[in-house]
Parts: sequence; C-alpha cells; structure tokens
Amino acid sequence: MTELAPSRSDIDTKLRAILRDVLGLDAERVERFDGDTGLFGHLPELDSMAVAGLLTEMEDRLDIIIEDDDVDGEMLETYGGLLAFAEAKVVEN
Amino acid sequence: MLVLPALFDEANKLRRLTVEVMQRLDGAGIDSVLPDLPGCNESRQPLQAQSLDHWRQCAAAAAAHFSATHVLTLRGGVLAAPPEMPGWNYAPVAGRQVLRAMLRARTIAAREAGREETIEALQQTGRSEGVELAGWPLGPDLFAQLESAAPQPDGAQVEIDQGAIGGGALWLRAEPDESPAQADALSAAITTGLAPA
Repeated sequence: MTELAPSRSDIDTKLRAILRDVLGLDAERVERFDGDTGLFGHLPELDSMAVAGLLTEMEDRLDIIIEDDDVDGEMLETYGGLLAFAEAKVVEN
Repeated sequence: MLVLPALFDEANKLRRLTVEVMQRLDGAGIDSVLPDLPGCNESRQPLQAQSLDHWRQCAAAAAAHFSATHVLTLRGGVLAAPPEMPGWNYAPVAGRQVLRAMLRARTIAAREAGREETIEALQQTGRSEGVELAGWPLGPDLFAQLESAAPQPDGAQVEIDQGAIGGGALWLRAEPDESPAQADALSAAITTGLAPA
C-alpha cells in the first residue's frame, strides 16, 4: 500500500502550527489567518532570524528541502504565498 | 549540575527557560551553575578565536572546578558537553542545523538589502576564513567543527525532546518568551531522573 500524500488541509494545519510557535500567538488568532494575511515585512517581530527558523522548521515538519533559490519576498509576504509554496514543495517531494 | 546553554540566538530565546529551570532545581536541593561558553554572552574572549574543541575543554574544566556530577545541555549546548558525564540533553541539535538557520538568516537579510549571497559561498568563506552570521562572528575552526558536530545518541546523557515537555518550542519564538509550565516539566524530568530508584 502506498502512503497517501499529505492533503492540502494537513499542510495548512501544520503550517499554522509552526506560525503559532514562531509568533507566539494563540491557535484562534492563527486560525483567522487568510491568504492575504501579511507575514515577512508586515510583522515587525518576524525578522530574518525568525524567518530562517520558520523555514528550517517547515523542512522538519513537512519533510521538504527548501533551496536558497526558493526563498523570495513573494512566498514570505503573505500566508497564502507561504502555503502555496509549501504545497508545491510537498508535491514535488 | 553543570548547565550548558543553547548557542547564539537560541541562547537568548531560551534565557528565561534556562534560568527558571535552574531556580526550580535549586528549590529541589540541586545546585547548578551556568558558565558562559568562551566568546559568548558576557565572556571577554573573542568569539572568532573559539573552537568546539576549546569549548569542550572549558566545559570539562568547569565541571571539575564546580565538582559537578551531572550535566544539563540545552539545544546546541550538547555539542560542548563532556560525553561521559551523566545528565540530560534538552532538544539536542546538530551543529549543521544551528549553522543552517544562521546561514539562511544571513541570505534572507542580504536579499532584503538587495545583495545576492548563497549559502554555499558563505559556507566556503566560513571554512576558510570565518564568517559573521546573524551578528555572530564565527571563526573558521568553530565553523568547520560545528558543520560536523552532532549529538551522540549512545552517550551517557538522556535526551528530553520537546514533545515530552509540551507546548511550542521557545527557541522558535520570534520574540524571546518564557513558559513556567515548560520550566516545570523540564526540571521535573531531571529531578525524577535524579531520585534514588
């Protein structure tokens, strides 16, 4: 039996959990994030070190590898951008 | 108890947790000491001149000086721990992972400033002449040794992972935070482990 690829909602749930840990927000607030919610460049506490930790944690929890070239302003700017990136990476894997 | 702190940025993030655990251990009658690794925190030594070998020697010397019987390491602190000393490793991490996050932080910051830097090029510079990452000037010896240093799973110390403590990992938090519940859980794991069977 082949293992099913993680569903979109599974990736969404994991990504919200990571953001909860990084931003120190409660589950309810992170649950309200939508595709347009601003991240890097919008939240002052999300500096380069915090983003680096976020990406490294995404690699661990989503079992993906994020290359240098993958990281750009667009994917980090909104929750929707980050989620789309994570979904594409998981499929690619 | 010799306490070896997390490394670099993670040491700041875990500062409150580290101290809160030490206070709880004190309340349980366990003396602990938290030395600065040379070149870190309030140490007057230059960070550029450090190596992991030197940190290990200093940790062993501190253990002997304070007559420590056990060691508690947090995150990357495990890499400096005397391997034969009994104790605990909280959420141990390999040197490569510590460097990876710092290298990435630097490339993201560079990109924001309109410069292109690659992790690979920074790694080469790090090995040959050292490199400053996220404000920490790492010398070539420390950089190269961190790249290959990993926690030893069959050592004398017991691993305590974040799952056993519960809650979100404080080293991930963008703003340093504290968690009395996590400090309770971590110190309880240690005092239970020390209690006579």
